[in-house]
Amino acid sequence: MKKQLNFVLSLLVLVGLMSCNNSESSSKQRKGALGSNAAEKVYVAPGEYDEYYAFISGGFSGQLSVYGLPSGRLFKVIPVFSQDAEKAWGYNEETKPMLNTSHGFVPWDDSHHPDISQTNGVVDGRWVFINGNNTPRIAKIDLTTFETTEIIEIPNSAGNHSSSFVTENTEYVVAGTRFSVPIPQRDMPIKDYKGNFKGSLSFISVDPEDGGMDLSFQIMMPGFDYDLAHPGRGESHGWFFFSTYNSEEASTLMEVNASQNDKDFIAAVNWKKAEEYIKEGKGKKMPANYAHNVYDEETHTATSTMKKEVLVLDASELPGLVYLLPTPKSPHGCDVDPSGEYIVGNGKLSANLTIHSFTKMLAAIEAENFDGDAYGIPILKFEDVLAGVVEQAGLGPLHTEFDGQGNGYTTFFISSEVVKWKLGTWEVVDRQPCYYSVGHLMIPGGNSREPFGDYVLAMNKITKDRYLPTGPEVTQSAQLYDISGDKMELLLDFPTVGEPHYAAGIRADIVMKNSKKIFKLEENKHKYAITTEAEARVERNGKEVHVYMSMIRSHFNPDNIEGIKVGDKVYFHVTNLEQDYDVPHGISMIGANTSELLIMPGQTETFVWEPKQVGVWPFYCTDFCSALHQEMQGYVRVSPASSNIELSWSLGED
Amino acid sequence: MSLGALLILGLFVFPLWNITLEAPQYPIPLGMDIYINDFADTHPHDIKNINLMNHYVGMKYIPESIPEFKIFPVVIIVMSILGLLIGIKAGYKWFLVWFSIMAILAAAGIYDFYLWEHDYGHNLDPKAIMKFTNPDGSIMGFQPPLFGTKDILNFTAHSYPQLGAYLMAGGMGLSLLAFFIGRKEKRASN
Repeated sequence: MKKQLNFVLSLLVLVGLMSCNNSESSSKQRKGALGSNAAEKVYVAPGEYDEYYAFISGGFSGQLSVYGLPSGRLFKVIPVFSQDAEKAWGYNEETKPMLNTSHGFVPWDDSHHPDISQTNGVVDGRWVFINGNNTPRIAKIDLTTFETTEIIEIPNSAGNHSSSFVTENTEYVVAGTRFSVPIPQRDMPIKDYKGNFKGSLSFISVDPEDGGMDLSFQIMMPGFDYDLAHPGRGESHGWFFFSTYNSEEASTLMEVNASQNDKDFIAAVNWKKAEEYIKEGKGKKMPANYAHNVYDEETHTATSTMKKEVLVLDASELPGLVYLLPTPKSPHGCDVDPSGEYIVGNGKLSANLTIHSFTKMLAAIEAENFDGDAYGIPILKFEDVLAGVVEQAGLGPLHTEFDGQGNGYTTFFISSEVVKWKLGTWEVVDRQPCYYSVGHLMIPGGNSREPFGDYVLAMNKITKDRYLPTGPEVTQSAQLYDISGDKMELLLDFPTVGEPHYAAGIRADIVMKNSKKIFKLEENKHKYAITTEAEARVERNGKEVHVYMSMIRSHFNPDNIEGIKVGDKVYFHVTNLEQDYDVPHGISMIGANTSELLIMPGQTETFVWEPKQVGVWPFYCTDFCSALHQEMQGYVRVSPASSNIELSWSLGED
Repeated sequence: MSLGALLILGLFVFPLWNITLEAPQYPIPLGMDIYINDFADTHPHDIKNINLMNHYVGMKYIPESIPEFKIFPVVIIVMSILGLLIGIKAGYKWFLVWFSIMAILAAAGIYDFYLWEHDYGHNLDPKAIMKFTNPDGSIMGFQPPLFGTKDILNFTAHSYPQLGAYLMAGGMGLSLLAFFIGRKEKRASN
């Protein structure tokens, strides 16, 4: 009844708003965006939901933030590549293996390009993939839990930048190397780069059932810089396109030396052909060493496995695997339109956009009309593959997305704007400024056959005077434009976590229905889990002590522990026995050299405490869980190493 | 008459009664369905969560099982068989007898439910975390309503019959209807 009343009321409000619009519409033109209804377009009333999820990468924060659009409200920061003390990510015993690499534990990375899994060319909302740029890794975030559940390291790669983009049915998530390196790594002079360094393009298969990732194969390429990538779709499904710069193969003063060639390339990779070559046994097994880290939702624990081999295909030796499309001025973004016909090269030192045609490319390949080769890889003729040029659209084009209505939207870093242009006629139809220096932009569903063409989100590197100042370091930002009309309209700008490097968006209803509320206790297979309070106990094994502890409103069991000694290594394995939505508990121990634990209902997590001082030391619940949250506390008695006090534990004994 | 006797078997499939608790923290309310042989969660883990809430005021846990869960099913089966036999073999006056026995049993059941509710709401742990008193100084009870809706602290409790109860009432109604039809026919034939 209440709901119905609310509905009627909101209808009345809507009617009211609409009639306002009508009366104001004539004056709107003169007042611009501020005089229009921008505010109400982004207003999501208390208790109402946003229309879209936006997964915005944190760049140098190493994480992935979850926002709602159009409101720009932040819901969660998902820890991915960086330790997060708030959620004990990389601090508790369960998740430390997630950050393991061939270089050991790496507690940070630079997270760049999130991409949502697809089925039949449309975003399906099952997983988000994101690349770690610095120590090459690809992570998978499960959108039932909004947690990182898998991280795979990429061998033979450096600066994992042209990543992590998925194919139409999430057959592969693809990762390309930005920095070419000696492959395999070896001790050699840097000046001998040319001809000796190599680039690698990695194809990671994704299990359609459980999403399990496996480094299926790598394609060895000349020593260029592989900058960005996008998959073919529709007719061009089976191909993958990578932009390159530094076809000069320079290794120093790159800003000059890698900018000498008038044209670099977009590399068109035929991955279906790669699969054929592998079937024919043309792939070569190469020794490698890389970590594959998997988080199991039932054991609530991650394991890290070192893999020792990778299957390699050499593009110089295998005809038909890769073709090079000359593209002017060190192209950065490499974007494919929803039909799969047009491949846009955003030549970042140019004022123009170059658009290649997939059909023309196939025809040129068929005619074997080549303009020489690079290390055995055929170079197609620029004029043969060119579909069109968007002339003088702005300065410093970086990235393009599409609205599914026949328009492209390109960011221009130097002239700081988003420019809308028409596919086919290549004419500029609108432009809007960005505040300031826009990098990527995102249309929800943008990397798919069917973008949701309501909004575009521009992500800015610099904000200067846009917000209240916060000392020398100020926030970066995202700006939301309404693109449902002929003209773009700036609706909102909001601060972001870290660098909003790139984002992926999806209609909320596709994802929210799968979001888990709790972990089921009966499915908890953690090695040290307890599912009832009766199982709570403390066990000693030499100097190692294992506390099997439970938490439920509003007490720990046990909450008094005696018989711990200085020099012990105490593992607190804590299970949240709640089975109610949104009732996490936390735990922290005075002086523990680690973070708190924040444990969801039905979950078990572990922290280690090595008491160094005799005394009675308290622990407490860190998440305000209930009316008796302040009473949710306990004590551990720590005796000298020589003490012979028996191990004992209790709850509620007087 | 026979249909009426069969309808009461619906009690084995559908809940008899439901108690639902609403609170600001529970936009999806907590609920318990009462069957003739079980207490069941309306949503998974609801009873566990009701117990968790109630322990703050010293209420006992809702038991896994109560003796009534053994007695009620037997009574219903016996009454159903009896009803069927009466329907096939006996005269219309027996229909009224069956209806009367059912009515007495139902009343007894409701009274039993009330007694349990009263004990559940008033027999509180003396060490309860939170003790509330009524304006007159007596200890506040937390008995859910027998029928209807009632505010208890931050909760609004609803207690209403469910499909099982309606089927039983329908079955009883049919037996009464059968009685009247039988009587009418008898008179007509006289």
